[in-house]
This record gives sequence, C-alpha cells and structure tokens, in this order.
Amino acid sequence: MTLWKRLFSSGSAPQARERLQILLSHERQVLGGDDLLSRLREDILAVVAKHVPCGQDNVKVRLERGTPMSILEIEVEVRGDIDLAISRAA
Amino acid sequence: MAKIITVTSGKGGVGKTTTTAAIGAALARTGDKVVVVDFDVGLRNLDLIMGAERRVVYDFVNVIQGDARLPQALIKDKRLDSLFLLPASQTRDKDALTEEGVDRVIGLLAQHFDWVICDSPAGIERGATLAMRHAEIAIVVTNPEVSSVRDSDRIVGILDAKTLKAERGETVDKRLLLTRYDPVRAARGDMLKTEDVLEILSLPLLGIVPESADVLKASNMGVPVSIHEPNSAPARAYQDAALRLKGENIAMELPRQRGGLFSKLLRRAA
Repeated sequence: MTLWKRLFSSGSAPQARERLQILLSHERQVLGGDDLLSRLREDILAVVAKHVPCGQDNVKVRLERGTPMSILEIEVEVRGDIDLAISRAA
Repeated sequence: MAKIITVTSGKGGVGKTTTTAAIGAALARTGDKVVVVDFDVGLRNLDLIMGAERRVVYDFVNVIQGDARLPQALIKDKRLDSLFLLPASQTRDKDALTEEGVDRVIGLLAQHFDWVICDSPAGIERGATLAMRHAEIAIVVTNPEVSSVRDSDRIVGILDAKTLKAERGETVDKRLLLTRYDPVRAARGDMLKTEDVLEILSLPLLGIVPESADVLKASNMGVPVSIHEPNSAPARAYQDAALRLKGENIAMELPRQRGGLFSKLLRRAA
C-alpha cells in the first residue's frame, strides 16, 4: 500500500458495515419462515389483495429492533395508478 | 429457581464453549450454584474446556434415556465447589435429545441450581433449537466479522420464534457478547467497531472480550479462562459480564492487557 493510500483510506470496516446493513435488511424480510414478520406479511398481503391486485413480493415488512421502541415499517407496492372508485367496488 | 441462560451464535468457532465455561466459572466464583450443560451431541467439547474430559462416565443422553440418574451424570468441578457440568454424549444419533427429555432434565436442574447455562451447538438445527428452548436470557456470542454478525442476526430471529418464551408471547432477554475484539484494528478501521455491531444487531451489550493469547492458554490447560489467570484481560471481561448478568451495574470498558514490557521494567525497578 502506498503512503498516500495508507494516510487517506478509512479501512475496510465501513464496507463490512454497509454490506451487512444491506444484506440483513433483505434477509430479515425473506428468512424466518414462521416468525412474526412473515406471518404479518402474509396477513397484510391477504387483506390488500382482496381490494387491489398485489403480489407476494410487493409487501415489505421491516422491523427495526431497538429500545425503548422498535419501528415496524410496512410498505406495499401497487402497480400503476390506483383508481379509488374501481378499487372500492372490486 | 434457576435463571436459564443459553449461549448461542449460529456460527461455529466464535467462542460459545469458551464463554459458557468462563461465565459459569465466574458466576460460581461469586458463590452461586451453577451447572453448565453441553448440548452439542456428537461433538462435545465443554468437558475438555473445563478440564473434566477424563471424568465423564454418564452423559445428558444417558439421563434422558433412563440409563443413569441425573446426579450420576453431573461432574463437580475440581476448583470450584459450586460449579457442575452435564456433558453431552458422543453418540452419532442426532435425535438422541428429545424435547420431553430436555424439558425434564432442565426442570430438575432448575430446582437445584441458581444458574443453568446451556452451551448451544453451532447451526440452527435441532440441537441449537433445543438448547435455546428454555432460555430466559440468551447470550449471543459474536465476532466483529461479517459472517458472524449475519449468523447472529439469524439466531436472534430464531430466538424470537422458537423458544418456550416466544410460544408464550414473551421475549427472551437477548444480550450481545462481542468476542475476539481487537481495539487497535477497530481504531484503524480494519475491524467492525463495537458501535457498528450494536447498531446492526440492536442488542444490549453484555460485554466485550478482547482477542487474547490467554484464551488459548486456558483451553490448553483445561481451565475456564475467567479463573485461569483471573487478572488477564479476557478473564476480567468475563467476570464483568457475569456480574452484569447478576444485575450489577458495571461500567463497560474494554479490559486492557496489563503488564507490558514497560510496566514490567517499572515494577522491577520499584
């Protein structure tokens, strides 16, 4: 490693941190099988799909664990512009 | 009634067995009655780390199958009167541990000890889920390294789903124990810092055990590292962690290796 790089590189740890944050936010959604998040995801999907077309991959449920408060984030992607009148009738 | 602790990690080789022995011995040193239980059927090693490998006659599976009574299988530590070991069996039959058998044995142990510490096998299979089944507290052992952090996250999810507490709608008290930590490399930016791991896993910190040659020395001798050289940096880290488990409020600082060349010279001159 050159002197320049040695002085100005911030090490490899920030990369480890970033890779983990991206990977784990994904894995927390997909993995777990019968845990709370997957059950929530399935229930939410069932309710939303009754009214608007919505696929398995369009519901994202994320839990950021923390003390004293955790944040449960629910994101539902729906294709195109929803016509509220039609959706309600459907 | 005992507090039941499970030492777990998902990944192998991060220090579960070392931690089980060290925390067990540190708690026993305070006078509490402690039993450490090896759940790694087929690959037992807690007996070796505790220096009791030649005294194993009966094991966990013998007790479950009714071939031995629990007191016959318990091995009393040679150094600490209130520390006991229940060894795993070396059978290759992975189904030798049954849910009912584990429930019965843990129930009996809980009546007679202050602390029951379950040493989980690596992985997320049956042995690991049986080891965490009764946990009130889970010590999640993690190295500041990507694969270990990822596996710890996975284990946290399983602790929230597959324990008796989870089935009752309660949560296991999960604590992070960061092991093999090198403050110099972390400061240089070449190792995840404590704050990084805490932020990623969102767990309360039980302790930081520094990377140290003393850990291997203690395992070579078959002595839990917390009582081998009680003043060494990892020994003090484990003693502090044990006191935190007992509810004491101990400031979180990284124990440093004492007695470098310079201080040795100073001591000699004094």
